[in-house]
Amino acid sequence: MMNNIIVMPMIIPLLTGIILIFLRSYTKTQRVFSILSSIATVVVSLVILNRIQHEGILRLDFGGWLPPYGILFVADSFSTLLVVTTSIVTSILLIYAFSSIGKQHEHMFFYPFIFFLVAGVNGSFLTGDLFNMFVCFEVMLLSSYVLITMGGRKIQLVESIKYVTINVLSSWFFLIGIAYLYGTVGTLNMAHLSVRVAEVGQGPLLTVISLMFLIVFSLKAGLLLYFWLPGSYSAPPTVVAALFGALLTKVGIYAMFRIFTLIFYHETVITHTVIGIMAILTMIGGSIGALAHNDIRQIVSYNVVIAVGFILAGLAISSEVAFQGAIYYLIHDMIVKALLFLIAGTMIYLTGKAKIQEMSGLIRNYPMLGWLFFITMLSLTGIPPLSGFISKVYLGQGAIETGSYLLLAVAFISGIFVLYSLLRIFLNSFWGETIISEDDDVPLKKGMLVPCVLFAIMTVAIGVGAEGLAPYVSDAARTLMNPEIYIDAVLQGNR
Amino acid sequence: MRINDVILRTVARIVVFIILTFGVELFLSGHNNPGGGFIGGLVLSSAFVLLYLVNDIETVRKGIPFDFKKIAAFGVLLAVGTGFGSVLFGEHFLTQAFGHFHLPIFGITELSTVVLFEAGVALTVVGVVVTIILTISEDV
Amino acid sequence: METLITVLVGLLVTVAVYLLLSRNLIRVILGTAVLSHAAHLLLMTMGNGLKKGSAPLLGENANSYVDALPQALILTAIVISFAVTAFLLVLAYRTYKKTGTDDLHALRGFNDE
Repeated sequence: MMNNIIVMPMIIPLLTGIILIFLRSYTKTQRVFSILSSIATVVVSLVILNRIQHEGILRLDFGGWLPPYGILFVADSFSTLLVVTTSIVTSILLIYAFSSIGKQHEHMFFYPFIFFLVAGVNGSFLTGDLFNMFVCFEVMLLSSYVLITMGGRKIQLVESIKYVTINVLSSWFFLIGIAYLYGTVGTLNMAHLSVRVAEVGQGPLLTVISLMFLIVFSLKAGLLLYFWLPGSYSAPPTVVAALFGALLTKVGIYAMFRIFTLIFYHETVITHTVIGIMAILTMIGGSIGALAHNDIRQIVSYNVVIAVGFILAGLAISSEVAFQGAIYYLIHDMIVKALLFLIAGTMIYLTGKAKIQEMSGLIRNYPMLGWLFFITMLSLTGIPPLSGFISKVYLGQGAIETGSYLLLAVAFISGIFVLYSLLRIFLNSFWGETIISEDDDVPLKKGMLVPCVLFAIMTVAIGVGAEGLAPYVSDAARTLMNPEIYIDAVLQGNR
Repeated sequence: MRINDVILRTVARIVVFIILTFGVELFLSGHNNPGGGFIGGLVLSSAFVLLYLVNDIETVRKGIPFDFKKIAAFGVLLAVGTGFGSVLFGEHFLTQAFGHFHLPIFGITELSTVVLFEAGVALTVVGVVVTIILTISEDV
Repeated sequence: METLITVLVGLLVTVAVYLLLSRNLIRVILGTAVLSHAAHLLLMTMGNGLKKGSAPLLGENANSYVDALPQALILTAIVISFAVTAFLLVLAYRTYKKTGTDDLHALRGFNDE
């Protein structure tokens, strides 16, 4: 059975990006082509997701080299769910980009780099090889470096220096971790690694190596080591910030789930406790940051941090129900964070100001935007029937079953802080006396409103239709909980 | 201040061709011996950089009227394309094929799609390196 | 040989950390370059890349074969670090042009005008 289809979520964006470089001067063609190709990616990834339900985990050996010798792509429900969400989020964000990014960016290869970024993200989700994951990370990061600097405003340049340096350092740790792991167990195929680690037993040496990977992915995901995140997510244009907020940290989170459920799951007392403590500190720190700042972009960025802590609390709890909660939350967060960043960016576009005290009464001028923000706020807080609710239920259930009451308490209290930080924006900026007179009313473009509405519809749809997602999510959680399923699918007996 | 660069100019005229030949040699030997697309491409691009050093940018642009960004993009397209080609033939992604062909002058020669892939890599490297150098030097 | 290279790696990391912690932007970039070289050497040492032997897959009559994987990993890592370093250099240059300073202390904090 040929599974070439599972490389498509990476190859379609890659080829699209390359072809778009040749179409540099034809803006219209670029737009049409990019939206068509991103829709194609969505369709392909949905097909993969459905095939997994019938045929189990799919794998593709590049060039026909059987594992553990060759590089391979593996698609299980967990990775494919994230690929689907990534593709959908990118398609909708592209619509926003059409009306907001401006000719100059479109001329400077903006769309190609968006697609290279998506190729890197999808590649990281789908790969079954640790070094290949490093390469996909770098494809994603290099594109993000370009996207964050594009436009060349002073703040972008200054922030990107910090962003790039921090990421170079974390990539270095990644390489070092790979070197140690290869020196210790002599393989880099993730399924094979799992078998070898289980054979040798996860001794102190391997645990130290696993903590090394924890540092790497914490830097990428913003778990406790999030100090670089608010600055660099506040600097670039709205679409890019939304793309970063929705996708980049999620790749780090995905990698952490993969590594600590598939390979290093033997010494949970050490590794998962550390992850739990880091998650708690992340949620506390993120909450403080979200309350301390008055710049709307920073508040929104700190909300990303809180979400990272929340999702990894699911990994720290490490039960099937908690995994289900974390997966639901990952999907929910990718959509709602994109929406939140878009609304924040639109507010700045409309008023020309970024501080929340300087805006007021926006709901009178732009009622639709105000209500969209309200929905976002409720969804992030976890009010039923929106998409945040179901994940919080599952996570709470998992925490109670395993007796992780501290994690549970912090996770749910952080929800209140999320609510408060967003309510602050709502009360300051949307309520109160309007400061914009009818004459200088900047019209809200349709192209900006439509993507926000689409995201809002999705958060409602996921909340109401959680039942439809349930088989996929529970399959994903089951695979995470039982590494043998993954190993059997990849190695198929030839260990 | 004008630098007297007669020696550089004279040497460069010959050396550029030596470097280019060496680059191609490295590129072709890469199949079974040390070498390959990346290293060959780096050597090739060093020849271009030397040209830019000796002459000014405008002169070189007249002689080599390519957009190096497009060359890089074409290289990636070629590299991904060969991988994608195997999908069209119903093989695993990135599967390479090779065969022995009887060519007029060379006799029986082994030809492989890996060469196409490597050519893509080499073009990408040339394109990217020259673009980087030009970006830094253009607006001084 | 392995011990020697490991010591060298340690030395390179020391130098790189010193450079990374300095205030000058160019020094920081040099630091990242040295850092990545240390990682490549470590990959070589850890992956038994220092052993002698023939290349695998090309012949069947050699006494010992080397593991080809570390070389492949290092080549990939070199390409990536090459790209990142080049990007960082251009970025530093642009930042210097825009802000007129290459002192990291002067570039602190998030202030958007």
